[in-house]
Amino acid sequence: MQFLTTVLFDGLIYASYLFIVSLGLTITFGVMKILNVAHGGFFAWGAYLASISIIYLGDNEYNSYFYYFAIFFSAIIVGLFFGYIIERFILRKMYNEDIHLIVLATFGLFWILEDLILHVFGVDPLMPYYPAMELGGIEIAGIFQGVYSLTLAALAIIVAFICWYFLKKTKWGKLLQSVIFDREVSVSMGINVTNVYLITFIIGGMLGALGGAYIAPTISVSPGFAIDVVVMSFAVVVIGGMGSVPGALIGSLIVGLVRAFAVHQAPILELFIIYAIMAIVLILKPEGLFAPPKPRKI
Amino acid sequence: MKLTYLKTIGKIAITGLIASVLPLSVNAKDTVKVGVVSFLTGPAAGPFGTPAKQGAELVIDAINAGTMPAPYNTKGFGGAQLDAIFSDESGGGTKQVGLFRDFVQKQNVDAMIGYISSGNCMAIGPVADELKKLTIFSTCGTERLYEEKLRSHVFRTQGNAVGDSLGAAKYIADEYFKGKVSTADKMFTGINQNYAWGQDSYKFFVLGMKQYMPSAVASSKPQFPKLFSGQYGSEISALSLDPAKIVHTSFWNGDFEAFMLQGLVRGFFSKKILVSSVGGSGVDSLGKKFPDGVIMGTRGNVGLIVRNDQTPLNKWFVESYKKRYGAYPLGPSYQYARAVMLYKIGMDSAAKKAGKFPTQDQVMAAMKGITFESFVDKIEMKRGGGHQAVHSIAYGVTKFNKAKGEPGIEKVIKYSASCVYPPAGVKSQSWVESGMPGRKCN
Amino acid sequence: MFKGVFKEQAVQVGIGFVFVIVLLGTFVLPEWMSNNFMYGLSRGLAVLGLMILWRTNLVSFGHALYYGVGAYSVAIAQKYLGVTDIFLRVVIAIIAAGLLGYVLGFILRKYREIFFAMLSLAFSMVLYGLLAKAEFLGSTDGMSISPSTLFGLEIGRFGLFYFIGLIVIISLIFAHCYLRSSLGHLTTAISDNEIRVEYLGYSVQKAIHIKYIISACLAGGAGGLMAASLGQVDPDSMVLWSVSGELVFVTIMAGLGNILAPFIGAIFFEFIRTYAYEFAPQAWQMIIGGTLLAIIFFLPGGLWSLFEKINPFKKEKK
Repeated sequence: MQFLTTVLFDGLIYASYLFIVSLGLTITFGVMKILNVAHGGFFAWGAYLASISIIYLGDNEYNSYFYYFAIFFSAIIVGLFFGYIIERFILRKMYNEDIHLIVLATFGLFWILEDLILHVFGVDPLMPYYPAMELGGIEIAGIFQGVYSLTLAALAIIVAFICWYFLKKTKWGKLLQSVIFDREVSVSMGINVTNVYLITFIIGGMLGALGGAYIAPTISVSPGFAIDVVVMSFAVVVIGGMGSVPGALIGSLIVGLVRAFAVHQAPILELFIIYAIMAIVLILKPEGLFAPPKPRKI
Repeated sequence: MKLTYLKTIGKIAITGLIASVLPLSVNAKDTVKVGVVSFLTGPAAGPFGTPAKQGAELVIDAINAGTMPAPYNTKGFGGAQLDAIFSDESGGGTKQVGLFRDFVQKQNVDAMIGYISSGNCMAIGPVADELKKLTIFSTCGTERLYEEKLRSHVFRTQGNAVGDSLGAAKYIADEYFKGKVSTADKMFTGINQNYAWGQDSYKFFVLGMKQYMPSAVASSKPQFPKLFSGQYGSEISALSLDPAKIVHTSFWNGDFEAFMLQGLVRGFFSKKILVSSVGGSGVDSLGKKFPDGVIMGTRGNVGLIVRNDQTPLNKWFVESYKKRYGAYPLGPSYQYARAVMLYKIGMDSAAKKAGKFPTQDQVMAAMKGITFESFVDKIEMKRGGGHQAVHSIAYGVTKFNKAKGEPGIEKVIKYSASCVYPPAGVKSQSWVESGMPGRKCN
Repeated sequence: MFKGVFKEQAVQVGIGFVFVIVLLGTFVLPEWMSNNFMYGLSRGLAVLGLMILWRTNLVSFGHALYYGVGAYSVAIAQKYLGVTDIFLRVVIAIIAAGLLGYVLGFILRKYREIFFAMLSLAFSMVLYGLLAKAEFLGSTDGMSISPSTLFGLEIGRFGLFYFIGLIVIISLIFAHCYLRSSLGHLTTAISDNEIRVEYLGYSVQKAIHIKYIISACLAGGAGGLMAASLGQVDPDSMVLWSVSGELVFVTIMAGLGNILAPFIGAIFFEFIRTYAYEFAPQAWQMIIGGTLLAIIFFLPGGLWSLFEKINPFKKEKK
């Protein structure tokens, strides 16, 4: 019982973090039909920017609320700045190109973003542990879990709720769904799709950056750490369904729980099992488990 | 038409040839070019790679200027100035092998010094022998380097993982549990990085515990996270669930700090006894936060354990290092400095014997099997056919020195080389399993 | 299929190119340069495979799978079977990768576009996960590979170089013959309109399957040769998704115009890499990323299109 509870909590925490990151990826894909490899770059930049802010705040002993302000602020800045530049100046010129070239372009951007980190933030790992250390641990099922990590799960739920509300209950959400369904028809309906694309990309980037920023206090932020996360969030998006928000939720839960179970029971499977699931889903239901229905066009 | 093509290609090739000939240079006899490799980027840079580079740099500059204390106080290496090329060790074994070949074949170095990661040493060792280039490994710990095959051109000035792990096991048995052991306390587990160093360290810890604490029980679920993972949430959960109280770790780089911080948040160290064979870097960077009561080794008489030793060499080293870099020298600083010192001794005695600038073979002959003076102890190059060093190993318990406001270590015990390393020519695993015959412990 | 192949201009140029490289490497250029040629020619094989797939409008983001399988099969053959013969090594690498390609091809031939890319990525990461955790295969340290022999004698660096050159020539001939055969012409046909190809009586899936196996064999051979040249294999350099990314990058950079293009592109890549590491080791990723973007925007035909512009002799796509 203790074992299962622990695995459950570990899995949930990891799933929450994956969810926030993958949400951005799946939204970008759903709206713009682009698999954005550079998403990893948003993630890394969010983490780094938040890290140096938190370390600065922590070293100078500011009020701890500032930490959270720093995290969200970093995410917003990174999303806005890089999202705008990348969409406006690079992606916008490529919408009519072969989809493979677009993905490759985002790949190149990922490399560039990763490298910029080395130059801007240096090569040392950053450990902005202050918020995590402050909240300490709480005993669940006989072992300690970090309270901060649990707030990550809360954040994921909040983000999921906001997303759902936005998409289903607001006018903007409906516009977005229309663009997801068919770009051309939306344009002919008078929707400014160019702006929609830009805003979507920025928000997707912000979410990726938020994932990185929020998880930073619990890990060691060092160059190259985004490489594993990128391909893991691909797995989540593929499993859940590309372009589906509930899919991202289910996908992250599956990946998070399976991985937690593997680490505890069969560590040798840890890396391989997730990609095996990804492959199986692709084979059996390539659109993903919760893919939005795709209309057949002539 | 084919001829025209060949002509075009030929023109391009000639241009390439001319461009490539330019950097070609032959080493003059008053300089030696040496590649010094350590982690300059990534999680291993801060705690290991940069202190390593600085330790080497300090000693190289001092020897070039002739300002190092005796017995290293003559100027230069066999009379020559050493021109160091510092290179980044990150990127994995395959990349490092490629870089090594470049160093030897393009940059025409006289020797290569360094290498922290056991994985890289295992990859580079065969290539160094293949290219016949003198290489002095300074830090990596896997015993497989010499026990799988002897090396012709590779020297190592650092004792291997066997000593670190056996020292840890003996310390726990003799010092820590002097008479007050309960059954729960006798269970142990480990969290080690999943590569040669981590695997070997834990393996020999288990073997050592079997010898020193036969009633101890090894956990069925030791953790082996990926090297440089940096994220140990699930591993800490799994270890917390494990009834074992003693946790062995050979974590070294930024992984160690990450593990300590993540564990501290979750109160991990209040319930477990950590045995760290090389965690010295974490002690300094975490400062006050580093928990007391951690059993700590530094892989020899280096770093934190000898910080206050007043031998002339050590005093000079600690003071000059602190003055130049603003921090205390860590284990890796000592290790890299030691490798440079061996090179100097080899060059000097070979030059003296030959009466002129020595060849590589002469230098290697001068280094083989010798004993040389290090900062606080003597290093004996007496294993691995005269290429592998052994030295004493020290362990202590961490305790923050409130008076000085600095990290400190107490209850330090030193184990001699013949206590924790097998005799020459004997394979470590079989030696430990058969009860360590011939060991001489004080 | 092989009739009259040596009279074809593309083949003659290709063989000539390889000869020139080998001669330069042996007699004129410094050893580090011939190293780069070796790596370039080896990697070029994998890129050639990717090029064949790309012409069919299939981009594999997971070709490091076969590259890694080729490399690791050489390492495993040495560790457990004591194989050091270069000829055997290449054969083992090609067969291992080809078998895997045959099996996975049944699944992959049904997918297109992004799904093909993602599925191939998933498979390669599955292998990565296995290798990174497998202690007996060295986990992330990888395995060493001793110098290659032929008939029991060590062939040395130059012997290896000639052998690689030989394999490249054989591959060039094979690729050329394949592409000009009816099966090869299906490449462009399939990328244009699959339904029409089916109406003409050809099985699209079978054709894709065969192309996939060919590209897998080429990538496997590349991996095996690379392993022999470097002397070391590890998962991060051979199987990780960024390795697949690099291969795709070289494919684009080289261009799709000619069977020789992959090798020129791959050699160019190795040289950029060497200089980048030496002069700007921390800007390496930026250089690749920037070059990739530059090529996508300004030179979509890759380096080969540059070559075509300065040489009016090249007429049609070969």
